[in-house]
Amino acid sequence: MRLLTHNMLASNVRGATTGYPLKLEAAKWVTKEVELNADFIRGLLPKIDWRALVAATRALGLPELLPDEQPPEEEIFAEGAADVEGSAIRRIHHALLEIHVQEGSLVCPDTSRCFPIDKGIPNMMLHEDEV
Amino acid sequence: MKLKQLEGLLGGLTQFPAPKVHPAAAAAASRLSFPSPVRFWEGGQGKSGGASHLFAFGRRCLVQVELEQYPTGPHIASRMLFTAENSFDDITGKVVADFGCGCGTLAVASALLDAEHVIGIDIDPQSLELAQENADDLELDIDLIWSDIKNLNLKGFHIDTVVMNPPFGTRKKGADMEFLSMGLKVASQAVYSLHKTSTREHIKKAALRDFNAIRAEVLCELRYDLPQSYKFHKKKEVDIAVDLWRFVPNAPRSS
Repeated sequence: MRLLTHNMLASNVRGATTGYPLKLEAAKWVTKEVELNADFIRGLLPKIDWRALVAATRALGLPELLPDEQPPEEEIFAEGAADVEGSAIRRIHHALLEIHVQEGSLVCPDTSRCFPIDKGIPNMMLHEDEV
Repeated sequence: MKLKQLEGLLGGLTQFPAPKVHPAAAAAASRLSFPSPVRFWEGGQGKSGGASHLFAFGRRCLVQVELEQYPTGPHIASRMLFTAENSFDDITGKVVADFGCGCGTLAVASALLDAEHVIGIDIDPQSLELAQENADDLELDIDLIWSDIKNLNLKGFHIDTVVMNPPFGTRKKGADMEFLSMGLKVASQAVYSLHKTSTREHIKKAALRDFNAIRAEVLCELRYDLPQSYKFHKKKEVDIAVDLWRFVPNAPRSS
């Protein structure tokens, strides 16, 4: 599971109000490089819950990867930014698409119900009495 | 990528098997006990009357009747995704989700057509394992979620396009409607789905009236060549007409 998926995933357990964002308690993750697509990031960014994304990166022990506040779009999409090592757009791309959480768990913020992540696959199955 | 190329790659995926009983599986079945609704099908003497059957052929191959796990063949899958991309620009560079992904054919096809991010969701963990292997074999990155589609909770319209080959709802009435309803809730751009041609009017009405779609059109009619997956299939059901649908959800759109 990558953090883009985490950014949209919520708990639907009985008793949850929003079930979002799921608190990431990650034990293991790996990174895999993928090509940066600036147009994709541009279209996606308005939909991203920045705070949830930042919280997820910090939960992975990456306090410096993203700042508390989303940088202004002029900065993120400045000409040539994609080619600059450590630029905002490269960090955002890295956070959303290059980090694969392998083992850990997702905790519902409302009910503390824990959804385990096993071999990269979050188990969001609910028991009958949780629906 | 050319259509034939895509179809060829999808043809190499590991699918659910056609049900023929491996002697080892039958032997294992006779040694193990299962909760009553779950039964092994044994060649030539299929049990009937159980609420649910489980066909098992070794570790990787399970077909559960209740879930109507009809594999999406490479022919249909390649045409579905090719149309979505070439006629509507709904795949390349998009976030695509495959509902009820099974062994991942539509998810893999989306990734092969350069979807930027692909998510496969299924209720069956063995299917997800198979989907993972299929994606790995082609060196594709696909995120998988183990969830019942009807209990899915996705926020924020991150998903552009939903592709799916839902259960037709023959065994569990309305199963395809649950998928369609959820697809139209989470997609921001389009939902592609296959439904029996015989249900065309019903699907259209439900999509537009109940699920808030702003468009619902049949792109083409296909012959669904079901391998005789299930014992209860009568011969006439093996080759059925299905519609390839494109629905446009009433959602905030990215462009």
